[in-house]
Amino acid sequence: MSEPFGSVSELRSALDSGETSSRELIQRALERAAGVGERLSAFVGLQNEQALSAADAADARRAAGEVRSPLDGLPLAIKDNIVQQGEPAGCASRILEGYVSPFDSTAVAKLRGAGAVVIGRANMDEFAMGSSTENSAHGPSRNPWDPERSPGGSSGGSTAAVAADIVPLALGSDTGGSIRQPAAFCGVVGMKPTYGRVSRWGLVAFASSLDQIGPLGHSAADCAVLLDAISGHDPADSTSLPEPALTTASALTGDVSGLVIGLPREYFETEGADPAVLELVRAAAARLEAEGAKLVEVDLPHSRYAVAAYYLIATAEASSNLARFDGVRYGRRAEGAASLTDLYERSRSEGFGSEVKRRILLGTYVLSAGYYDAYYRKAQKIRTLLRRDFEAAFAGCDVLLTPTTPETAFRLGEKTEDPLTMYLSDIYTVSANLAGLPGVSLPCGLAEGLPVGLQVLGPPMEDATVLRVADAYQRLTDHHLARPEKLA
Amino acid sequence: MSRIVPEDAKRVAALARLRLDDEELSEMTAHLERILGYVDLLSEVDTADVEPTAHAIPLATPTREDEPSGEFAPEQAMANAPAAEDMAFAVPKVLDDEVTG
Repeated sequence: MSEPFGSVSELRSALDSGETSSRELIQRALERAAGVGERLSAFVGLQNEQALSAADAADARRAAGEVRSPLDGLPLAIKDNIVQQGEPAGCASRILEGYVSPFDSTAVAKLRGAGAVVIGRANMDEFAMGSSTENSAHGPSRNPWDPERSPGGSSGGSTAAVAADIVPLALGSDTGGSIRQPAAFCGVVGMKPTYGRVSRWGLVAFASSLDQIGPLGHSAADCAVLLDAISGHDPADSTSLPEPALTTASALTGDVSGLVIGLPREYFETEGADPAVLELVRAAAARLEAEGAKLVEVDLPHSRYAVAAYYLIATAEASSNLARFDGVRYGRRAEGAASLTDLYERSRSEGFGSEVKRRILLGTYVLSAGYYDAYYRKAQKIRTLLRRDFEAAFAGCDVLLTPTTPETAFRLGEKTEDPLTMYLSDIYTVSANLAGLPGVSLPCGLAEGLPVGLQVLGPPMEDATVLRVADAYQRLTDHHLARPEKLA
Repeated sequence: MSRIVPEDAKRVAALARLRLDDEELSEMTAHLERILGYVDLLSEVDTADVEPTAHAIPLATPTREDEPSGEFAPEQAMANAPAAEDMAFAVPKVLDDEVTG
């Protein structure tokens, strides 16, 4: 089968009619992962045998009329920070070399229950810290649209795998844009759910108050199916929302008439934003307006403080979360340590890459005596103001439409010299994490041959609404059907 | 404006149980200074009467009965240990460490 994967519903029909089998789909995914996936460094590990036997089990279920879900027998990739029982989970870090997870993350357990087949672990920035996948101990992933460019990050491997048609679906994690930004760079759909929608059990923690697992795919409709499958309350995650699993896939009506879309003024006045990106986002808004949506301009007056607040909060939480990696209970231990402190210091210094060290240092600094109020607590107060900005904006509109990123995919190496330049590329995405909002990025055209991402943000709990708007746009347009030509 | 000197970076690295070589120390000092210089932007916002947000979606802390749930056996918990003896994690001696470290 050399035809590209279709949509989830097309794949399901093809499986139901016997036109293809799960084994055939999984074989194709594994072949492409080993071929084009290798050239893109999209994966850090493939699970050939397990995936093929899971495919056979799915085919047997189908033959017996016991199909479990719309995802039964479909291949997907998961980011290397979402654990699976009996498989490595390395977070693209040397410090987790040799680690094999003794348990399943809730998201993976739910996917197994739905019959979905994990074909491998996708590359990422180490511990999800980065916006380019260049901070991986395995080397950078590449953008299928231009292999000299970054796929974005930190879920760059998952995203490249979808964009290169290796898998129709993937899981990423989004702490400050790590699903949405690569989705924008690679011309696919990526969604960060409302904080607490998807259990974080088994997601290796970066910044616990910001982290969410979310879906990547070619369409909002496909992402809705995946999100529904992994969402729902989980007693194992104390920050999990007390709500049952979502049913967003059935809420995609294609209707936007009467919908009020807010365009945040500050997002369109950002210094350094590519005018071609802003133009395509405005055109997308106009397209929805032509279908009966109403456009209003809104203000998010504290937007310019979001990146600063984000990097203080995220690094503070990271410095605390990453204290557990000490070479004692799991992972890589340094040789020849003379004392326990020596063991900690050597294992951590040898095991972490430089961006992770930088963030641990920054986080430790802002939490240290004398600086806590000036930095960490200050950032938490700014977080309150950002939340209030969104509350006020959503009093007058249903969703916000913004660019996902200020520019299209940058070249590998372009932003690695100065960490702050890299951080500032997250300007449109971090606020959704700070405020807990659902947000989806979807392709809205090409600028100089590279995909541009349109971001739809909604109030907390309105996951179905942002997906409905994204899906409605995709019913009207075909930007999501564009595929990277350089890859052929 | 934050002034970060190598001694600051060294102190923080010690708190974080990281060891930096000279090159790393000078690079990290410069980066910390640059990033903290940027976040000084926040000082222009008056937050005197603003409550901090720790979690965007506030939830009451859930409680449960304290019952064994049998997640996994000790052997499984120990399976990833870089060094183990008698079902315990083995580490270098700690006593001298506390005095000198």
